[in-house]
Amino acid sequence: MTSDPHFLGSADAASIASAVRQGEISAQAVVAASLERIQERDGALNAFTEILKDSALEAAEKVDQQVAQGIPVGPLAGVPFAVKNLFDVAGLTTLAGSVINRENPPARMDATVVARLKQAGAILVGTLNMDEYAYGFVTENSHYGPTHNPHDLSRVAGGSSGGSAAAVAGGLVPLTLGSDTNGSIRVPASLCGIYGLKPTYGRLSRAGVALFASSFDHVGPFARSVADIALSFDAMQGPDPTDPVCTQRPVDPTVPQLGQGIEGLRIAVAEDYFARGAEPHILAGVEKIAQALGASQTIRIPEAHRARAAAYLITAAEGANLHLHNLKTRPQDFDPATRDRFLAGALLPADWILQAQRFRSWYRQQVQALFQEIDLFIAPTTPCPAPLIGQEKMVIDGVEVLTRPNLGLYTQPLSFIGLPVLSVPLRESGSLPFGVQLVAAPYQEATLLRVAAHLESLGILNAEPA
Amino acid sequence: MESLDPEAYVDQVAKALQLPLHPDHRTGVIENFARILPIAQLVLEFPLPQTVEPAPTFSPLPAARTEPLP
Repeated sequence: MTSDPHFLGSADAASIASAVRQGEISAQAVVAASLERIQERDGALNAFTEILKDSALEAAEKVDQQVAQGIPVGPLAGVPFAVKNLFDVAGLTTLAGSVINRENPPARMDATVVARLKQAGAILVGTLNMDEYAYGFVTENSHYGPTHNPHDLSRVAGGSSGGSAAAVAGGLVPLTLGSDTNGSIRVPASLCGIYGLKPTYGRLSRAGVALFASSFDHVGPFARSVADIALSFDAMQGPDPTDPVCTQRPVDPTVPQLGQGIEGLRIAVAEDYFARGAEPHILAGVEKIAQALGASQTIRIPEAHRARAAAYLITAAEGANLHLHNLKTRPQDFDPATRDRFLAGALLPADWILQAQRFRSWYRQQVQALFQEIDLFIAPTTPCPAPLIGQEKMVIDGVEVLTRPNLGLYTQPLSFIGLPVLSVPLRESGSLPFGVQLVAAPYQEATLLRVAAHLESLGILNAEPA
Repeated sequence: MESLDPEAYVDQVAKALQLPLHPDHRTGVIENFARILPIAQLVLEFPLPQTVEPAPTFSPLPAARTEPLP
């Protein structure tokens, strides 16, 4: 099985690492196959912005030597992975989707989470396309071109971590990292039909990751199996004093909890805001998950529409503040799709931002109270499947709206208060994929993964590569 | 905010920030700012008690620095 090239294009990280550990396949063969698939397919997908062939093959050789010598290798031994190009990679300039940052010196060291994945045996094969400075939901980057959806090349991969989602959904690598400020992991995971985890705010270190809006910036993994999300999440967990928002909590391994099933969990469906505006087949997908989980109760998240609005204001202001110097001196070097939004964000009165941050406290308290009654709730990830590349408008709830900001309709009110969310993939044969969000209380990633593993075992989810 | 003129606001606040707006960019910025107005309204019209503090918290001591990870 392991020598079959198909295995290398569709195998998950857990199976690859297991085969490498047992000497069934070499890490070098795995990495070479991944590089070959990137070579074959990335011309059409445009997911990668840099391919690290030499260093990847070198790292794979080291893993193989360790295996041959009987030296224990990590839980992700020989697993090829790639990262959104806002993660620092030692020796590379961190682009964050921009041309402006090309002038920066190369990063001196890897971002903490990249270093931790490498420490677990994973092998970095490249960096990935994104919306400029992570400000977007489509990855139609004017400098580096759009990333195409592996399920339909005429459609967007979603964003801002579009390259991260397309690389996994296209079977180029089994594991990638992205960042999520308002939905930038969950939206592309939904549109590309794979798993995407946005952990609790501060749960994974952001040290060495280019910021967008620090109040909401998170990092997390994309994969095609629940086990891979859990394995990589566990490998990246842990305090990091070099990220001021990173939690001091000890590591809570989720892998051992995956098989615990859903017995005893109180699961609800989010109604009201989260049940309006999505295409009917997406709401039917939420219902399908609800039935599979026996979720008969519903909950209403109060003022979710205002939460989204407040997230919008804070994001615009923080993003603009970060880039103000360049907006003043070289606005022509920005992607036009982000430039005017950043410029407008620079102009918001202080009162709006402070009020939005006070509203955030209020809203957090309301939602926290709901978690006294339930352990997990479900909601759509995106209101629709992947729009066409270049599609400026779409219809939500009978109203024509702009595509770019509205793909985050259901994701923004959740990242606003840092809740852990896993987008799980649904896809009927012959149709485009879409995601459903599993949402838990802060620090309850293990619950999300248990529920996802249960759904996966029922055969309801579909993350097959395109 | 019905009486607010986004065009005049954008021009004046950009001046206050010493943020030059290129003529080619100005229209896009005004459009974007005008789009934010109803979004801001949703936040501003919601009454909050004075006891609610802004969400970000500040620690008077920075986290201790250690050697680069891992």
